[in-house]
Amino acid sequence: MTAPAATPASPEVLIRFEGLRKAFGPKVVFDDLSLEVRRGETLAVIGGSGAGKSVLLKCLIGLMDPDDGHIVFDGQDLTGFGEKEFLPIRRRVAMVFQASALFDSISVGENIEYPLRVHFPEMADEERARRVARVLSLVNLPGIEAMRPSDLSGGMRRRVGLARAIATEPLVILWDEPTTGLDPISTRIIDDLIKSMRAKLRCTSIVVTHDMQSAFSVSDRVALLANHRIVQVGTVAEMRASTVKEVRAFLDARKGEARLD
Amino acid sequence: MTAPDDQYSSEESDRESLADIVGQELESLLPFRDKFRRGIAQLGGMFVLAGRALARGVQPPSSFGAIVYQVESLGARSVAIGTLTAAFAGLVIAIQFGFFLARFGVQHTVGKVVVLTLFRELAPVLTALTVGARIGSGIAAELGSMTVTEQVDAVRALGADPIKRLVVPRVYACLVVMPMLTVLADVTGFLAGAWVTKFEYDISFAQFFTSALDTVDESDFLSGVGKSVVFGLIIAVVGCYKGLHVEGGTEGVGRATTQTVAVSSVAVLLADFFLTKLLLTIT
Repeated sequence: MTAPAATPASPEVLIRFEGLRKAFGPKVVFDDLSLEVRRGETLAVIGGSGAGKSVLLKCLIGLMDPDDGHIVFDGQDLTGFGEKEFLPIRRRVAMVFQASALFDSISVGENIEYPLRVHFPEMADEERARRVARVLSLVNLPGIEAMRPSDLSGGMRRRVGLARAIATEPLVILWDEPTTGLDPISTRIIDDLIKSMRAKLRCTSIVVTHDMQSAFSVSDRVALLANHRIVQVGTVAEMRASTVKEVRAFLDARKGEARLD
Repeated sequence: MTAPDDQYSSEESDRESLADIVGQELESLLPFRDKFRRGIAQLGGMFVLAGRALARGVQPPSSFGAIVYQVESLGARSVAIGTLTAAFAGLVIAIQFGFFLARFGVQHTVGKVVVLTLFRELAPVLTALTVGARIGSGIAAELGSMTVTEQVDAVRALGADPIKRLVVPRVYACLVVMPMLTVLADVTGFLAGAWVTKFEYDISFAQFFTSALDTVDESDFLSGVGKSVVFGLIIAVVGCYKGLHVEGGTEGVGRATTQTVAVSSVAVLLADFFLTKLLLTIT
């Protein structure tokens, strides 16, 4: 009897989009879109403006409802979920919004406390304050609890948005255009944070962006969303070598842009 | 032989052209049909939002702190405009009625007319139209800005309920603020009326107050205050609904703000008619 040849364990799929369809009136965003996200990986979803990248993230946490298809998260089919059923999902899947979406009327500290008060209402004030201080340190902004969001720069707002998202120690972080509109130094800081979050929190990340450089720098795999579906998913090297028309068109257009820059 | 055929084809072409004309006319009505449908859908949405907000306001966790904050925020900032409006309303109706009552030699009864007009009608309606427009447009602008900057999405993404967090405090605050401002308008308008009557028609404060208080009873006062609670609900719900359904970025916020003023003003006037009819029937 010889031992069976060891086969490499297939990476565990944490999130699966199956045959997703979404339209706004006559405008079709997705049609039969399918995509798998593996546990622990950082997946970048790239695509042109208006391709529906952000809609994909919003469908995952129930901010928008797909017209058809299924989203399976950690073995749980989210089809037909209402606001109540999405509550535990939203504790485990946090979203960092494109323009941070910080609440202007309250301080930075209160912004970060917000999800803690919602999900852990029994948490003691001291513990909550410690948690706020810790996540602000993780995003390299210690001691700014008392500042107002309006006093922060664009890059700082994104980092506070991240701090608020990771306060509940989520399993998945969704990044919606994290570097759009930032200067190169702030972009680099955010890219480093995306990478460091994976190491420090061991979380899965989906990064939606049209910044190719950023996507290639932070992700394990890249998916191109075009023509209402995912055209190709692969590692950075596979995408660079791709002969798929849409991928080539996207990469070459970006190269052209880079030359113009 | 050809004449009947020609006649037939001519009749057919007449029918076709008539059908075309009718068709074109109906098509020209399509935008109105769509607008009507949208209007009905919005009205339904506002009723649903009002029901949800009222129900969730009494469910735990308590929104008391947020409601108090909104009462302070919406109420305190509206005192000046509410008082000013009521004062001038009181002055004008006292002068007008004093002038006409003097023709019949009964100008000493001006207090009765002023107090009834103010308490039952002018104070709640004018407060709702002026202060309400200010409060409603403010709510629409604030929630509209939160919608376009994804803050409302963020509330949901962080696990909270936007109706509980954003709508309930504003709706309940308006239910408290509008009657308070209406009572303030009653008092201000009454005093302004008494003051102008003394100087214009030489009717003493005592005469004015006696005439007014002999006539007015609690149902006159309560009917106006009761109306203002309904007006408060209308203003808050229209403002919240328009703010939460903003489309088209900052331009949409401006549109929602002006629509809130127009819709809530018309709704207040419509509600006033039906409430007046109802209250006169039951009292």
